[in-house]
Amino acid sequence: MTIKHTLKLCFLLLIFSCSTQKVSKIEGKRLNIDEHIESNKAVEAFIKPYREHVNQDMNNIISYAPETYSKSDGELNTAIGNLMADAVFAESNPVFSEKTGKNIDFVLLNHGGIRAIISKGNITTRTAYEVMPFENAVVVVAMKGNKVNEMMTYLAKAKRAHPVSKQLQLTLTADDKIKSATVLDSPIDVNKIYYVATNDYLYNGGDGMTFFQPNEGLTVLDYKIRNVLIDNFKKTDTLSPKRDNRFIKLKN
Amino acid sequence: MMKRRQFIQKSTAATLLAGVGGLSLQSFDSSKTKKITILHTNDVHSHIDPFGPDDGRNANKGGVARRATLVESIRLENPNTLLLDAGDIFQGTPYFNYYGGELEFKLMSMLKYDLATIGNHDFDNGIDGLYAQIPHADFEFVSANYDFSNTVMDTHIKPYKILIKDGIRIGVFGVGIKLEGLVDKKMYKETVYHDPIEKAQDMSRILKEEEKCDLIICLSHIGYEYKNKPNKVSDIKLARATKNIDLIIGGHTHTFLPKPTIEKNSEGKDVLVNQVGCYGLYLGKVDFYFSSGKNIKADGASIMV
Repeated sequence: MTIKHTLKLCFLLLIFSCSTQKVSKIEGKRLNIDEHIESNKAVEAFIKPYREHVNQDMNNIISYAPETYSKSDGELNTAIGNLMADAVFAESNPVFSEKTGKNIDFVLLNHGGIRAIISKGNITTRTAYEVMPFENAVVVVAMKGNKVNEMMTYLAKAKRAHPVSKQLQLTLTADDKIKSATVLDSPIDVNKIYYVATNDYLYNGGDGMTFFQPNEGLTVLDYKIRNVLIDNFKKTDTLSPKRDNRFIKLKN
Repeated sequence: MMKRRQFIQKSTAATLLAGVGGLSLQSFDSSKTKKITILHTNDVHSHIDPFGPDDGRNANKGGVARRATLVESIRLENPNTLLLDAGDIFQGTPYFNYYGGELEFKLMSMLKYDLATIGNHDFDNGIDGLYAQIPHADFEFVSANYDFSNTVMDTHIKPYKILIKDGIRIGVFGVGIKLEGLVDKKMYKETVYHDPIEKAQDMSRILKEEEKCDLIICLSHIGYEYKNKPNKVSDIKLARATKNIDLIIGGHTHTFLPKPTIEKNSEGKDVLVNQVGCYGLYLGKVDFYFSSGKNIKADGASIMV
């Protein structure tokens, strides 16, 4: 065999071996990241100044929770959801009134927007960030009664504990039909204009909430939901949210 | 589940090569089995610090600095390691509210992430907010089904990327979830969503046939499976509807898989689907062993999970 031939053969083998890399075995596993692993010193040192800056603000105690509250605590209304919707009403209505001379009729938020539990014990600024990490802000939508009825149909179909404020009372039959829907004890009037506070995400159709548009007008309050919670917590020494009958389904 | 199939480690091609004149070809030393390690995270959601000891659910778990130690030790053991993230890097702790994702990207760069894809929450400060953090990322982004050409992100995100480790060509492409109804339009602006399965079919063909990849990975943020919405596209559906993909690394549904799922693709071949929940509580690790030559059984690799 000449050198030329040998080189040719080697070249062919090279191509052959390159083009036939095949997976012969696969192993998969999940590795825990917990206290058994030591922290990387350089990474830890890099995080430190950021952490100290954030913690200075976050660890501020602003209220107290006598129990742990979770968004899975009830079928169609929960203590934490009622707390949030009522807080949006309480904190936003003065801002809205001053701006427009009108009052908010009720509040609608979404169940998925409650991003964490409120744990029993001290409530800090951090709690508000955990429950509402998003930057969404309060908007007030002027909507006709027929659009409010559309909202009620949505809530009946969604079968989720989307938070509503206590001014709204929605009762469903056992087969998820609307039994009654009232705002401040009056049935929904299709010709009346209602002022409904929500957040900009839902206003723009988030969570399939298409009933907010078109509408009779929009007021942007420039007030983040998270700041609503912080302001509300600061005013309340001990929280006492309750599950109640504002949005329920009858057993039979 | 264990699926053991015989596989032969020794390569006859190598033996042959050695016999033809002692020519040393180091870069193609096929006498050894090559090993590529894929490490992955998803939905870390700005969880930089470990959970505290009083946390109701994840006490003392997670933490980027610990993840760094683990990744470093695995890289030391096998330098042919890739570190990937399947999106939703942003949003979930005050670090994001205060710094807009800067710290997340800087830390991922310190950990030497290779690639990431885009999750819906990565739009939470708008596409401009994402764009503003790109200078802090020493890693790249892949997405095949988001068309960013009429946005500021144009040219900053590629449909796929090819990484070569120990002579093995690894093609990684990204797919993301439908944004309409999930993310405010004013956040994602002119980003156009295309069907993930159609794009995955295109990508796997390009990576296999044109780019001659030895390993094809789909980095996905479409969600693992939607049992109540059988028509909604998911990793499981994507696995079944495509071919030539070896591994789908998923996110979005925060699915804690104790081990990768083995699905059958459109040709009846195995494809792994994995997802490690969220918040950096776990690191996924998949090792691919490569042998060259004719001694690989036609029915595929042995999978041990």
